[in-house]
Amino acid sequence: MNRADTALADSPAGRELSRRLRACLGADCIIEEVESQRPFECDGLTLYRDLPRAVVLPETASQVQQVLQICDALDVPVVARGAGTGLCAGAMPHPEGVLLVMTKLDKIVEIDPLARTARVQPGVSNLSISEAAARYGLYYAPDPSSQIACSIGGNVSENSGGVHCLKYGLTVHNILSMKVMTVAGEELTLGSLGLDSPGYDLMALFTGSEGLLGVVTEVTVRLLPSPEVARVVMAAFDSITAAGDAVGAVIGAGIIPAGLEMMDRLAVQAAEDFAHAGYPRDAAAILLCEMDGTREEVAQHVDTVATLFQALGATAVTISRDEAHRALLWQGRKSAFPAVGRIAPDYYCMDGTIPRGQVTFVLNEIYRLSRQYGLPVANVFHAGDGNLHPLILFDASDPVQVRKVHEFGGDILDLSVRVGGCLTGEHGIGVEKLGRMTSQFSALELAQLEDIKHAFDPSLNLNPGKGIPILKRCQEYRALPDRHRHD
Amino acid sequence: MPCQTGTDMTEPTDTTGVDTSEAIVAALAQARARKTPVYISGGGSKRLMLGRLCEAAELDVSAHRGIVDYQPQELVITARSGTPIAEIEATLAAGNQMLSFEPPSFGGRATLGGTLACNLCGPGRPWGGSIRDMVLGVELINGKCERLRFGGKVMKNVAGYDVSRLQAGALGTLGVLTEISLKIAPRAERVLTLAYTMSADQALQTMNRRAAEAKPLSAAFWLDGQLYLRLSGAASAVTSTAAQWGGERLEGDAALWRDLREMTLPFFAGSAPLWRLSLQSSAPLCTDAQSTLIDWGGAQRWVSGDQPRDSLDRAAADAGGHATLFRGGDRHSEVRPPLDSVQRRLQQHLKHAFDPDGILNPGRLYSWL
Repeated sequence: MNRADTALADSPAGRELSRRLRACLGADCIIEEVESQRPFECDGLTLYRDLPRAVVLPETASQVQQVLQICDALDVPVVARGAGTGLCAGAMPHPEGVLLVMTKLDKIVEIDPLARTARVQPGVSNLSISEAAARYGLYYAPDPSSQIACSIGGNVSENSGGVHCLKYGLTVHNILSMKVMTVAGEELTLGSLGLDSPGYDLMALFTGSEGLLGVVTEVTVRLLPSPEVARVVMAAFDSITAAGDAVGAVIGAGIIPAGLEMMDRLAVQAAEDFAHAGYPRDAAAILLCEMDGTREEVAQHVDTVATLFQALGATAVTISRDEAHRALLWQGRKSAFPAVGRIAPDYYCMDGTIPRGQVTFVLNEIYRLSRQYGLPVANVFHAGDGNLHPLILFDASDPVQVRKVHEFGGDILDLSVRVGGCLTGEHGIGVEKLGRMTSQFSALELAQLEDIKHAFDPSLNLNPGKGIPILKRCQEYRALPDRHRHD
Repeated sequence: MPCQTGTDMTEPTDTTGVDTSEAIVAALAQARARKTPVYISGGGSKRLMLGRLCEAAELDVSAHRGIVDYQPQELVITARSGTPIAEIEATLAAGNQMLSFEPPSFGGRATLGGTLACNLCGPGRPWGGSIRDMVLGVELINGKCERLRFGGKVMKNVAGYDVSRLQAGALGTLGVLTEISLKIAPRAERVLTLAYTMSADQALQTMNRRAAEAKPLSAAFWLDGQLYLRLSGAASAVTSTAAQWGGERLEGDAALWRDLREMTLPFFAGSAPLWRLSLQSSAPLCTDAQSTLIDWGGAQRWVSGDQPRDSLDRAAADAGGHATLFRGGDRHSEVRPPLDSVQRRLQQHLKHAFDPDGILNPGRLYSWL
């Protein structure tokens, strides 16, 4: 990218944008120098980077509104960003646009213990909601692995999940209401403090919309009572097939575990070497099955699951003895990504979702592709809800490997769609998977998604080039700036 | 499938699946060409409820029915939209599973498509989720007569906008639903009901306090000075919770919950207007206790009889929610509260994105949609 040191000074339009942004934001809330912008050039998917015209960090909803009004008036793209932990380049800046960083809006406004809700600003971290609610015996259920850092506004925009979503649902199931601003800076409230609202369910539409329809400025989440107890059963299997069958058997027994995770051999070995959780290094796969609830229920279900795993040929079964042991058994799984990061220069994390019953077939196909591309792969799998996270190991400094890793990743996504699954379970489309949307959606379906986009953002200035492809079907297309093209 | 007028409904008895989606597309194409809007009907059970009266030629899609795929271990069922809820429930029961949102079957007439379009859920909704929460994917035919699929049959899917959930409560104004995939739930090992005598105010406090405990509470409603708490789950957990919470153990409780779910309790009888208030669960009682039934742990309140619309709207808004004229009363006027101008504009744009000619259930949700 060839740019002057002060990005906004390069044109009359840029100078006008700069002048207006400075008039509404304090000097410490706007970053125009290229070097100071570097920390914002990408999100958690560092393969994709760009720099915006300006990074702005508003401190109030009113400033968010003014920034949107300025950008709307000047026809400037706006990319909203939370903590930047996303994994699909959904928060990658737009080179012609403003990066709207929401992290300074970080207040927990109110917790209502009787109604079991928390009203929070979008920059509040996921985990801090549960920490604040803990004094009332309540917590916020969705727990993406980035929960220490990721923001609730980002969670809403990506409809984030986590290891507990089979039982407790995704973000969309755990929010009641939100305030959003349209591309023109108009404020509206979606949802309600009740369990539904009149008219179309715009809250459902906004959740997971990757910042393409509006900017979230406040969220009211549901809080759940913290379970009395949680215990985890770890089981090792000598084949992927046996582990996959055991997953189905737990569900078949009428038990919905709080979490049901699977790791294959390479992931187990890397995690064990890193965390010393006590995983058998020789297992083809391990399962971690967590039960939570009342003491009696957990005792009953732990017994059922452990017996089931043994009957299905588990080579080892370990039940957490206490909280410390439970934390240790999870430590391996939770550190799987950094653990895999130690055994290769880089890894590329995929996010396809498949029907649970297809896991053996899909993993064997992934192993075949791994041999074909000559790139090792470690599989971490939210087995309970069919969400695969293959981690492809590669070296980002080798252009050949970079090309191969993209092709391999794409093959995995196409495979997921082919067996009846989808491109992304929780990471989103962003820039990363935009080109793959045609494998899941027909041209008519993509056109319908585009029509929805137009209904909310007729100028197409919210997070352009992400989430949904803008097709070359309308006459106005020829007049669109390059920023909306995705050829 | 011809467009027909009239309400000649027969209760479906066979369970044969028939795919009539081609015929629905053809009927819709004809309606579009003639600029004659349609009123989409399934079992006809909710025609006089929920929305405004829709004066358009009937498009009967009840023949488009049948369970397409049911895999108990995947926790997913896929069925055509005209499939009766009762047929789905019977199939799931054979696999020891259920619809966690406990929709009414209205004498066997309610269909899957109608239930999603109305986002209609029973007493378990605050704990088991709504049909909006459980829908995984839909096939629909939009107002341009295009057959489109969104979502899928997997638990997590964030590719594209969530068009499936958008259909919940849209009353068929965005598309004719033809196929729906739902997440399903295992049946509880044990169900038990506890009854307590107390006022509505005390009941609201108790419901909300109990819901904040990590116990297997699965429904809570109050009527005529009695609070009923339902426990569902592992036998050990239900038994121990019942021992801790006290109250009177109710025999024959299944019939009580069925009558609440099907709206066949005497409270719902008669032709008086029936209002539905969707509020913050802990909001104080804002209507006369004598004519109020409190469900959903406080979050859904039914109010029977003539009520001044404006003051009910204000009271509901103060309690964080809204009021709907659910049944009876003047169904030519709006039955939902007004939306602000920004909301209204966006909702109209969204309608236009799916149904540019306005041929699908015009005016059913709002007069201006």
